[in-house]
Amino acid sequence: MGVIDLPKYELTKEENIKVENIISKFTGIKNALIPVLQEIQDDVGFLPLNVQRKVAEGLGVPEKDVYGVVTFYSFFTMIPRGKYNIRVCMGTACFVKGGKQIAENISKGLQIEPGQTTPDRNFSLEVNRCVGACGIAPVIIINDKVYKKVNPDTVMDIVNSLE
Amino acid sequence: MSTKTKKINTGRDLKDKTEDLIKGAEDKIVISLCSGTGCKAAGSDDVFKTLEKEVKKCQPGMDQEIVLRRTGCHGFCERGPLIIFYPHEICYLGAGEEDIAEIVSETLGGKTVERLLYKTDDDKLVKKEFDIPFYKYQKRVLLENNSKIDSKSIDDYILFGGYRGLSKALCEMDPEKVIKEVKDSGLRGRGGGGFPTGLKWELTRKEAAGPKHMIVNADEGDPGAYMDRSILEGSPHSVMEGLIIAAYAIGASKGYIYVRQEYPLAVENIKEAIKKAKEYGFLGKNILDSGFDFEIEVYQGAGAFVCGEETALIRSIEGKRGMPKPKPPFPANEGLFGKPTCINNVETYANVPQIINKGAKAYASVGTDTSKGTKIFALTGAINNSGLVEVPMGMSLRDIVFKIGGGIKDGKKFKAVQLGGPSGGCIPEKHLDVVVDYEKVKEVGAMMGSGGMIVLDEDQCMVDIARFFMDFIQDESCGQCTPCRVGTRRMLEILTRITEGKGEEGDIEKLEEMAHMIKETSLCGLGKTAPNPVLSTIRYFRNEYEEHIETKKSCKRLHKKAKKKKVDK
Repeated sequence: MGVIDLPKYELTKEENIKVENIISKFTGIKNALIPVLQEIQDDVGFLPLNVQRKVAEGLGVPEKDVYGVVTFYSFFTMIPRGKYNIRVCMGTACFVKGGKQIAENISKGLQIEPGQTTPDRNFSLEVNRCVGACGIAPVIIINDKVYKKVNPDTVMDIVNSLE
Repeated sequence: MSTKTKKINTGRDLKDKTEDLIKGAEDKIVISLCSGTGCKAAGSDDVFKTLEKEVKKCQPGMDQEIVLRRTGCHGFCERGPLIIFYPHEICYLGAGEEDIAEIVSETLGGKTVERLLYKTDDDKLVKKEFDIPFYKYQKRVLLENNSKIDSKSIDDYILFGGYRGLSKALCEMDPEKVIKEVKDSGLRGRGGGGFPTGLKWELTRKEAAGPKHMIVNADEGDPGAYMDRSILEGSPHSVMEGLIIAAYAIGASKGYIYVRQEYPLAVENIKEAIKKAKEYGFLGKNILDSGFDFEIEVYQGAGAFVCGEETALIRSIEGKRGMPKPKPPFPANEGLFGKPTCINNVETYANVPQIINKGAKAYASVGTDTSKGTKIFALTGAINNSGLVEVPMGMSLRDIVFKIGGGIKDGKKFKAVQLGGPSGGCIPEKHLDVVVDYEKVKEVGAMMGSGGMIVLDEDQCMVDIARFFMDFIQDESCGQCTPCRVGTRRMLEILTRITEGKGEEGDIEKLEEMAHMIKETSLCGLGKTAPNPVLSTIRYFRNEYEEHIETKKSCKRLHKKAKKKKVDK
């Protein structure tokens, strides 16, 4: 840490068109910055600096404000997520039932830290805030599917079964 | 059930509509399937498809029409998916696709499938939902609809008395009277602070500037809490009805529902609810011919705990970094876009329709001197019956943990209950008879909070729990004020050191000193309450801190897990 080192990602042509379409939908609308970023994050999967620049120009917002918002909220990321985005819930109920061990085991199994993506862009790992599924803790969420009462010892079986 | 959408223009129209719906529902068998987040993870989507097929097969031979409803969270998440057959309220737990054919044919034939019924400790079978101990000791008012109505159907909501409160407020009461009713009811903010709701409304009404705004705070960020999620997912109209009544009382024309990013189903259901309410005329111009206009917009958060703080939430809607502002000015004076704004929590709004319906007096008959009505808790952790519970204020924590929750899992010993999330504290055995009440809970060093109630057993290291919350707060601190940004980091370092077996003499005193400093000098509620989990664990479990420091042992080495004493089933 210390020096900010941001990986550079180039968008594909298609992704660029998507981004431009989203921005143009919101041009002229007040307070649209967060909704625009949310839509791009949803569609493209991440918000690299060149996209942030486009958003700033399109909405007439200073670039520093866009960067400020992107880095403030945890939903936004500047690193592309994997085909399978694995989120480990770290709410209190999941924590006391082994959430920490689950995250550690996936981290070891995939050889990535939380917040990172595997080099083949197949998997990314996130340690999430409470997802509100405390009654069936501990949970992990892969893309949109919730897995309940996950066992730390066998969690890698779930991950391995995805491919 | 394709009743044509007809606008409801007056209170009379609503009455007619309700009567029609009640008539239409007579003599019907209703099968309700929980489709909350917990039951979905337990396979309720597939169960629904099979149910649909089986019902289609059975229907021709039946005199009564069978109605299938996908509902919100029933609460008993531990044992999902849950299926209930009305009118006899027969409740099946944990049914899989393979059980459905049998369940449908047996139950419609007047029998039950015994292996899927609830079994008590002494092996007695319980057929009815509300005879199950988990439900029996609850008082389900806000959650009542959750197991009965299709969460996407406005007609279901109206069938069970929905929008009657709105009709009464708009057609029979002036705004001042609505505010007086809410003040008299004793309703206090359910987001954790406990500020009197009626007073907040009055303050916002008195402001001369306009236009005024309403906000629903659905940024339920406390780890271990999902009450608001379940209300929004299961009964979105009850929140909207409360919101529209509040807007009428205050004189606001626009409302925002700020939902956290982690709750996609809540967003979907509330958007559907808004659409339907517009079609019926409960939103828009001249609602129920009262001359009152109101619009609602849904706004999604982007993942920041601090946005649950009202001034931060307002900044987030304005498209900025969600950083709290000093108060005053309060949102009631100067809120969203600089205009007077009334902001309440989801559960608070959901209480409003019944206050108007039943009257303040009836509402205030439940509860303690200073805390009225019911409160929903997310009862989780090392407990047998995890789930969502609604209890009258004044019930003891012991009753919640042991009667409703069924005691500690695996026959282990109770150690503490964590109440109020990162702003709250841990309550030990000796204070377990404390009752649910804003003030009483504070006296024992916790906080009502939004309603997360996490039960901890003898295996749990209390220093590690304090470290968990400090880690959370450290991560979520917005960073603008030094006590919170730097202070919580220093505290986290000390706590981590202790749990790793590297604690030093004087660490506890340092933690205490810093805790008081952070409490006194932080800018917002997040910082002011951040040290609470540490202070409460030092207060009741100081010996665990000392043991760590003296023996220089880490959590793993110090706390060997107690053996499972009883393996159930």
